[in-house]
Formats: sequence, C-alpha cells, structure tokens
Amino acid sequence: MEILVCVKQVPETKDVEVDENGNLIRDGVDSIMNPHDMYALETALRLKAEHGGTVSAITMGPPQSKEVIREAYMMGADKGYILSDIKFAGADVLATSYTLSQGLEVIGLKNGYDLIICGMESTDGDTAQVGPAIAETLKIPHVAYVSSIKESNGEKIIVEKDMGETIEIVEFSYPGLITVTKEVNQPRLPSYKLKLDTRDREIETLTFADLLDDDENNFGLKGSPTQVEKVFPPDDNIEKVMWAGNGEELSDKLFNELKELKVI
Amino acid sequence: MSNYDIDYVNCSLCEKCIDACPFDAIAVVDGKIEMNSACKACGICVDSCPEGLITPVEDQRESVDKSQYRDVLVFAEQIEGEVHPVTYELMGKGRELANKIDQELHVILLGHNLMDQTDEILAHGADKIYVYNQKALHHFDVQAYARAFEDCVEKTKPTIILIGATPVGRSLAPRISTRFRTGLTADCTILDVRENTDLVQTRPAFGGNIMARILTTRTRPQMATMRYKVMEPAAKVDNPTGEIINFSVPEEELETRSNFISITKKPEVESIEEADKIIAVGRGIREEKDLEMIKELADLIGAKIGTTRPLIEKGWTGHHQQIGLSGRSVRPELIITLGISGAVQFVAGMKSSEHIFAVNSDPEASIFNVAHYGMVGDLYDIVPKLIEKIKDGENVFEKIEKEAVAI
Repeated sequence: MEILVCVKQVPETKDVEVDENGNLIRDGVDSIMNPHDMYALETALRLKAEHGGTVSAITMGPPQSKEVIREAYMMGADKGYILSDIKFAGADVLATSYTLSQGLEVIGLKNGYDLIICGMESTDGDTAQVGPAIAETLKIPHVAYVSSIKESNGEKIIVEKDMGETIEIVEFSYPGLITVTKEVNQPRLPSYKLKLDTRDREIETLTFADLLDDDENNFGLKGSPTQVEKVFPPDDNIEKVMWAGNGEELSDKLFNELKELKVI
Repeated sequence: MSNYDIDYVNCSLCEKCIDACPFDAIAVVDGKIEMNSACKACGICVDSCPEGLITPVEDQRESVDKSQYRDVLVFAEQIEGEVHPVTYELMGKGRELANKIDQELHVILLGHNLMDQTDEILAHGADKIYVYNQKALHHFDVQAYARAFEDCVEKTKPTIILIGATPVGRSLAPRISTRFRTGLTADCTILDVRENTDLVQTRPAFGGNIMARILTTRTRPQMATMRYKVMEPAAKVDNPTGEIINFSVPEEELETRSNFISITKKPEVESIEEADKIIAVGRGIREEKDLEMIKELADLIGAKIGTTRPLIEKGWTGHHQQIGLSGRSVRPELIITLGISGAVQFVAGMKSSEHIFAVNSDPEASIFNVAHYGMVGDLYDIVPKLIEKIKDGENVFEKIEKEAVAI
C-alpha cells in the first residue's frame, strides 16, 4: 500500500509573544511537526504494518522545514520530500493545496498512491481546509475528521468520521484522502535508533521546475485568490472597567456585579 | 522573484524590515535585502520600512467581471433532516451584507425529504431557497454535495457564499472554492462588504496575536466560513415572501466512490456552545485538583466549565470544553475567565459574549482588552471567598450599609 502523508512545520507554542507594535516575535520559538500530523503519520505507519508498502512524507516550506521530514523519519516514514521555492511563497489555501497536489502527483508518478493522509488542521492556521482542497484538486474522494479506521484492504477503507453531534461510518475505494483527528490513535514517540539510522537518508527537494505545471501564476501569492490587505492587533474593548485589589475586595466586586446581573 | 519590490538604490540596510518580519523571511544576502520562501505575504515589512521602499509587486492578473455575480448565498446545513442553527446565523450576516450592496439573500438546501424545513428558512427572511431534494443527497457525501452546490453556483452566480465552519462546512467549502479556483477564508470573525461587492474578511492569522483583513479581489464567488455562535441569528420576518425554487442534477452525476454505511448520534456531552453561563479556566490553574473549586463555583451560579488548550493537553479537561479557534465558539450571557491570558485564538472563540469578566494576576494580560470587567488579582484568593459569599447569600455592601446605619 502506497501512503502519502502531508506534514507541516509549525511554531512550538501558540502563545507567541507580541511586541508593543502588535508584531509577532518568533525569535527563539522552536519549530516542530504540527501535532495533528503525528496522528496522520501514525495512521499511515499502522496501515503499512498491516498491508506492507511505503509511507512517504511531504512538506512545503522554506528549506529549514526539512527538519519536519527528519521528524517523520524518526517515527518511521520511508521517504521524504520538501516542496521549496521562492515561487511558492505567500500561498493561500488554494495555492498551497495546488502546490502540494502537484508534489503528490510527482511522487505518485513513481509508484502510484492509494491513500493520502493529513492531520485535521494545523495549530498555526486552524483552518482545516488544505486536506479537502487537495482531494478536490486531485479529483479523489476524501473523508475529513476521521476518528477511527474500521477496516481496510487492498482496494478500500472503512472509516468512522466525527461530525460533531454524530458519528458516521463510510467507505471508499482508493485512491482517496482522509484527515484524522486526535481520537484516531496514539502516535508513537520518535525513536533515537531511527534517528541514527536515517541520519543520512535523502530528503528530495522539489522546486517549481520539478512540477508538472509550468505556469507560475498558479503558485505562491500569484496563485492565491485571497490577499491579506492589512494585519493589525485585535480590537480592544473600550468600555471596560478595571479593578485591582486583594481577594476580599475583588470577590466583593464580583459578587455584587453577579448579583446585579441576577446570576445569583 | 519575491512578493515585494524593494528600492535598492535608496535602501540604507537599516534592517528594520528584517526585525519586523515574523517569519524570518528577510535577510541581507550579498549586501542586499532579500526575501525567501518563508514569506507569507503578510505585508508587515511594507509598514516597517521607514523610507517606504518596500511595495507589493503589482497584481497584473485579470479580474472577472464582478457585475456578472449577484446576491449572497448561504448554505443551509442539515443532518438527518434537521437544519443546523448556524444556518440562521449565517442568514443574519448574509442579510446584512446583501442589504449593504442592495442585493438579495439566497439559501441553498441540499438533502432528501426536507421540504418541511423550508418554512423556517423563509421565516428567517430568505428571498429565495434553492432546494435540491434528491436521494443521493440524503447523507453528507462531500463529492455529491459539491456537485449539487457547483450546479447552483453555475445557475445563480452568487457574489458571496457563506458556509458554517462546522465539520460538514469545513469539509465541503474547500472543495467548492477549489472547483471554482476562488478564494476561501475560513473562520472569519468579522465580515463586511464594500460598495464594489468585495467581501472584507477578518480573522486571526499566522498563528499569532494578530488579525488579518483578507480580500478576494479578482475572482467570484467569494467564499467565507464562520463558526457557530459568532453571529446573531437572522430576525424572523412577519410575512415571509421568499420563493422556493427546485433544482436538481442528474442522479448519475451524484454517484461517487464513497458509500455511506451508518450514522449514530453521539452520546450527549455537556455542550458549552449552548451554555448561557460559562466559567473558563486556563493556565492560571496550578493543579488538577483545583478544578474542584472551579466546579463548585460553576454549580453555584449554574455555569458550564470551558477551558483553554493547555489544560486539555494536560488531560485535565475534555476536548468538548475547549473554547477558541481550535475548539468551540461560545456566546453566553456571562463568561468569567480565570487565569486566562487571552491569546487571540481563545479570544476569537468568546469575544461576542454579552458580559465578560476576567481575573488574571498580570495587569498586562491581553484578556483585559476584551473583558468588560477586568480584575487584576489572584484567582486562588478571589474564588474561595466568592464561593463563601454566594453560599452566605449575602451582599456585603448591604451589610456594611446596615452596620453604618446601626452605628
């Protein structure tokens, strides 16, 4: 079974500091694999253990995001690819998913693929849109929010998806794409032995020139229908009341306000 | 090739843009400012240059004829024949946008045997409902839904499409936006529209404490998702005048490689989305057992407990309790945050609440920017005393007044 896993490098913490101008300070913040992607990779590794085959990890980003592929190797991925080119910079959902789809097609040309697995969302974007958009670009079925793999064989897979209020069970025949939630499994820890074993393993870089589409208007900012017009600090609430004091004083204030609101 | 032009002749290499870039995407290479592939086109560097030497590369792409696209289309999500309440909230926002550009509010309803749902949608003020009443749409098969939606977009050419950021909406919206190669902005917290029909989409961005204003300037339709409980539902109208229009697509076009097997309702979990009072706790809670004190307070005032991500990662609270962009959005009458710093991802999920009380020991905590009532203090000092006071059922000021009178 040929399985492709999309991974993303994200800042380790969400509590990014902001300077007095409302700008993000990212210095000193470590980058890690998006935690949701570890569940995607674990799902792939378990399917491979059952059916054999290859697990390939692919990421898109600046050259330093290669590290996320090293992390994937440390969990057990067989092959790794990074899509990196200045032409990919500034990509929105459409351009990101298009670029990843192009990369997946290049990899797929070698051995074909049965299943693409993504984490349900990234912790620095929270949009959960890239996975389904890849499936649309590749014209394959997808199931988002998969919380359990029920059954799989060489032709099809049966999965449980978490729809919030309901749980649905669906099946589809390959090739297809799933995005997985944290309920799907417990990812293994990266292995030190694998780290040593894969130290010299190649990570193939795919640039714009390696892709099938040679129209650069489909990539990066040029290929993005949405554009950021302005970034700004969040709105402040102007009509606020501030109190400071000890527990006695503040609990009094709170008590009286709650009483005022008829909560108590 | 980068996303910005730099006036190298006048650049003094002050490196202010390098310091300002949150993504380490700018560096001095061979004595020149250069941008690399980490650039996210956020535009922060443009504002950072004291000489104004950085400008966005001119957008030379052609724009569609925007006048060919009209009206706001809202997706009416239903599961097992029940319309999701986010639909009425999207209609509220959709009505406001439509009025601003003097256009209509339309709704698309996909499913099977759900004609009884159309009255309620019309009652919320839809000008038109496009109904695809087809067996293959009974359950949510994303490709079948996308095909029917595509058909509706082709027939009606809306300028704006609003979809709920629910599991169904988040799965469906990107398929449609990709199919039309148009813009999709997920989880918008504010939506507005300009006279030229450009949708002004605001959402927290780049994983930081920052908001981005995002536009889809060249393509139509413009697509946005919004979460449940971020907006006011549409008001009901007295005499609904909306029209029901039946559309369909050939059954064979709805066939996919996916098969539905079963659906079950999840066991009822305490839903914080529906709570009218919430006590939210964050990293200010030092130990798991301290949650008992919070629970006691919550029970006393009839509130549900919500939390931030760090407590869930520690395993102290459940995922269904998480408030914020990666959890649930809430809009209760009352929310009291205890020991929460107020990262933008959390705030995005609760800032529409009616009365926001915040307790934090750090006077600089950003939660105080959204709180109506901010209290700089120690929750471990305040909460036990508050619990005591509520139990005593006694207004301390009344007591003081009484004492004053007695003296």
